[in-house]
Amino acid sequence: MKILKLSLIFLFIFSFNSLMANDEEMNSKITKNLRCLICQGQSIYDSDSEFAISIKTLVNKKLEEGFSENQIYDFFKEKYGDWILYDPGLNKNTYILWLLPILIFLIGGAIIAKTFIIKKNN
Amino acid sequence: MKNKLLPIIITSLFIIIFIFFYKGLQNSNIYTPETKINIKVPSFDAELLYEKKLINSSELFQVDKFYLLNIWSSWCVPCRQEHPLLMSLGKNKNLELIGINYKDTKINAKNFLAELGNPFKKIIFDDRGINAIEWGAYGVPESYLIKNGIIIKKYIGPLNKTLFNEINFLVK
Repeated sequence: MKILKLSLIFLFIFSFNSLMANDEEMNSKITKNLRCLICQGQSIYDSDSEFAISIKTLVNKKLEEGFSENQIYDFFKEKYGDWILYDPGLNKNTYILWLLPILIFLIGGAIIAKTFIIKKNN
Repeated sequence: MKNKLLPIIITSLFIIIFIFFYKGLQNSNIYTPETKINIKVPSFDAELLYEKKLINSSELFQVDKFYLLNIWSSWCVPCRQEHPLLMSLGKNKNLELIGINYKDTKINAKNFLAELGNPFKKIIFDDRGINAIEWGAYGVPESYLIKNGIIIKKYIGPLNKTLFNEINFLVK
């Protein structure tokens, strides 16, 4: 019985610790993907400005409330616009950013293929 | 024909790219969020400065009334500069002022208002700065004009005489 109690306590402490660690990991992952508006060029994670400190606190609060990573990104996007994210999604302002590399890759591939085919035929 | 066309295409492409980058050089690389917004006032629980109770932010704003929400702090110099304008706006019967005291201590905030006057009907005490983020603010001072529970205008930085006149005109 004693062993059972002890192991239960251990299990509780261990799971609590890992839960805390998960939240911390998630917090640093999220704050690394958020830009600081005060010291532009730095992430929220790297910045120690008052604004960044508040954002870190709010991310913690939202994680405790059970918000998912994407819900937190959406929350900040709604408040500050897409700019706040280092990794913005596909929308009317960013489609060139996302599609241009694919387009260049395809055109490049087509040019290479064409030259090879022409050379082979010759 | 094909050989003549290629240099022209390449040159014009380079000219277009050059113009594109040259124009880009003149753009400001400092980002400021949109100031014309039409979003609902955020809903969150907040502590008040003068009352010991929690209040939901949406309870502060009634329908059919203009509100000016001002984010301020006793340590912020521009807030001190814009305060006389807020005092004048507080006298406007069509407008109600709500304050958010940002990252401050209760004593300093109360002393600030005792010295310069209190134009606010209610003041949210935001010592961790998280309520200001719910509003999309990133510094002090910032002001938001609200009608029917919708933020219709956002003013980043201290108010001046022009903005003061604009607010008075909008709430007429």
